[in-house]
Amino acid sequence: MSDDPAIVSRRNALKCLAYGGAGTLFVLSGGVFTPVDLAMASDDKMGVKKLGKPLFVQISDTHIGFNKEANPDVNGTLTQTVALVNAMAEQPALMIHTGDITHLSKPAEFDLAQQMLGQLRTTEMHTVPGEHDTTDPTVTEYFNRFGKPSDNRGYYSFDHAGVHFIALINVLQFKPGGLGTLGHEQLEWVEADLKGRSSSTPIVVFAHMPLWTIYEAWGWGTGDSDQLLGYLRRFGSVTVLNGHIHQIVQKVEGHLTFHTARSTAYPQPAPGVGSGPGPLKVPADQLPKMLGISSVSLVKHPRSLTLTDSTLA
Amino acid sequence: MARSVTAVSVAMLSFMASCRPTTAAPPEPTQIAVKDFMFQPASLTIKVGATVTWTNKDDEPHTVKSDTGLFRSGAMDTNESFSFKFDKPGTYHFTCSIHPRMTGTIIVQ
Repeated sequence: MSDDPAIVSRRNALKCLAYGGAGTLFVLSGGVFTPVDLAMASDDKMGVKKLGKPLFVQISDTHIGFNKEANPDVNGTLTQTVALVNAMAEQPALMIHTGDITHLSKPAEFDLAQQMLGQLRTTEMHTVPGEHDTTDPTVTEYFNRFGKPSDNRGYYSFDHAGVHFIALINVLQFKPGGLGTLGHEQLEWVEADLKGRSSSTPIVVFAHMPLWTIYEAWGWGTGDSDQLLGYLRRFGSVTVLNGHIHQIVQKVEGHLTFHTARSTAYPQPAPGVGSGPGPLKVPADQLPKMLGISSVSLVKHPRSLTLTDSTLA
Repeated sequence: MARSVTAVSVAMLSFMASCRPTTAAPPEPTQIAVKDFMFQPASLTIKVGATVTWTNKDDEPHTVKSDTGLFRSGAMDTNESFSFKFDKPGTYHFTCSIHPRMTGTIIVQ
């Protein structure tokens, strides 16, 4: 136990996160990103600001076009999310959307989502598609709008503030039973992309479906992700992000930290509860607590803590 | 809406009158419900020339996608349908591209 006030603040912040809230802020400490409630980051009640400079915000599963009972106003909840990010005193440089931008892959849904996400003050937007974004028969609506950084392949990498980001697509082919697939070509590309990079480079990998198996019976995993994780294990700090399951689940495995984001649209049941991963209807006053966004901060001077000190499990 | 349906019906009638042989009645359409993340029934045997209609009864959208690429619906929202006419005998496997653990089979005899 340290007397460092920033470390205490982080513990408090994590404690609060465990009880729900509007969103999540990630902080990199000791080379490892840690999630913190975004609402607290906005007003800095818990001293989160001391932990570092906001690096990126993660938004996921906006499902623009959804209009059922579980949330008849997905536009409203996305607007609130955008406002929350815009209210942060120090803006994250990047926004990462981990897929299911739309509900039905319709052009009008994509157009509206782009317009709403365009209200963010963050200057750079990165996306990966979810399976809801690729249901149009020609699978072109997503790529016409967001395909440029990846040359329409769906996967690409970029660097920001010394962190290497890798965007992956795992929703175009599925293993029997429903797990996502990266595929040989993409995995080869990742191997080449990481080759020659220093193991001290912080890595952020993001895709729509979980890159670790959360619940196989519902396809909440990626069938060939072991190969990917093998390429990542030599790095000292790897953060693996995804959406898809509309709830926060977190795991630490060596230097790899896995984090699934909440949806801004509607919650889904816990793994295996009910007939399938459909919209979960909750009382209206409970809904805001089950929606959210994640955001990631980068500390300028990494501390010696590891995330295993403060997981929610 | 009513007007366009009428227009389509008239067009279909004139098409049928001019092109179809009058002897055989068209086969009955066949229904598959998409409900509780399952195709119900999951396996269906039909005659050549029959049309199968899938209707989504869930709050979650589903699709119907042939394993061979022969047919593929867009996302069907609640109560939306997709139909495909099977002209050749064979066994046709399909999945929901949003929830690929949902699978079904059409056997055309």
